[in-house]
Amino acid sequence: MSGHARLTELVSFTTISKVSTSDWVLASAVFVACAVEMVEALTIVLAVGVTRGWRSTLEGAAAAVVLLAVLVLLFGPALVHLVPIDALRVVVGALLLVFGLQWLRKAVLRASGYKALHDEDEIFRREVDELSALPRASGRDSVGFVVSFKGVFLEGLEVIVIVLTLGAPTHRLGLASAAAAAALVVVALVGLAVRHALTRVPENAMKMTVGILLTSFGTFWGAEGAGVSWPGGDLAILWLLAIYVATTFGLVVAMRRGRPVRMAEAA
Amino acid sequence: MRYVRAFGRFWRDFLIGDTPELAVGAVLVLLLAYLLRRADGAALLLIPAAVVTLLVVSCLRARPRRP
Repeated sequence: MSGHARLTELVSFTTISKVSTSDWVLASAVFVACAVEMVEALTIVLAVGVTRGWRSTLEGAAAAVVLLAVLVLLFGPALVHLVPIDALRVVVGALLLVFGLQWLRKAVLRASGYKALHDEDEIFRREVDELSALPRASGRDSVGFVVSFKGVFLEGLEVIVIVLTLGAPTHRLGLASAAAAAALVVVALVGLAVRHALTRVPENAMKMTVGILLTSFGTFWGAEGAGVSWPGGDLAILWLLAIYVATTFGLVVAMRRGRPVRMAEAA
Repeated sequence: MRYVRAFGRFWRDFLIGDTPELAVGAVLVLLLAYLLRRADGAALLLIPAAVVTLLVVSCLRARPRRP
């Protein structure tokens, strides 16, 4: 092994061994967010496969994955190398804030009973009913291909946005992609082994956790990009996490208390 | 032109959806951060307070209205 290769190996080993706390938080956020999206995508793929046949379904899913990979390869390095870091942090901060608050809002409304919980079994049944009613042509099934492609692409697009927005500002795209890939493997294995395991995934709790994490990172990076220098540096993320966790639980409790009163009034 | 419009509509639905208040609020939070860029201590309190207000308002807006 040449001296240069030995040095490269040493540097990459040192980099891997220096995984900081914020890296773990980042990887966990990406993993959980991707797992939630992939559970939703897998439900659609399974429903399409059972009703329309597996060949076109898997081709549709594979085409979507390839297109998503191309998008990451096109935009990932460009984001990291071409966009100035402060501008990137402002844009990423805004995106993460919007996504995080959307997830958090939905999770709070579900936890407090204002919105029905996400039921993968119910979604599976509905998809199967709708797809069974459509006529089937012989050979390749275009309905199966399109529905599977659309489901995987739309859920995957959220994964891509999360991976790029969390990975790019810290130049940890590799780590974020690895966490997303790990989530893909775990969900696919569990889902294919036991489909009913998907219904036992505590999806709302996961969405709430991800919402809190995305909102915290969004606040931190967005403000940093706008010129704020957080007291305590990266530790400010923990401060933001604590505030958002307390707010979320307070909001759920307050909204749960308010709900029966209104229901009684309505009755 | 039809495809451009459909492309724009897709991204509007994807990023804003049925919560325009969160998209507008996120931009206002970043504007507040810019105004507070020299007041680090205040930023530590006021920026998360603005985000919390945004979440509370959005959740309260989603409740069914009294008849």
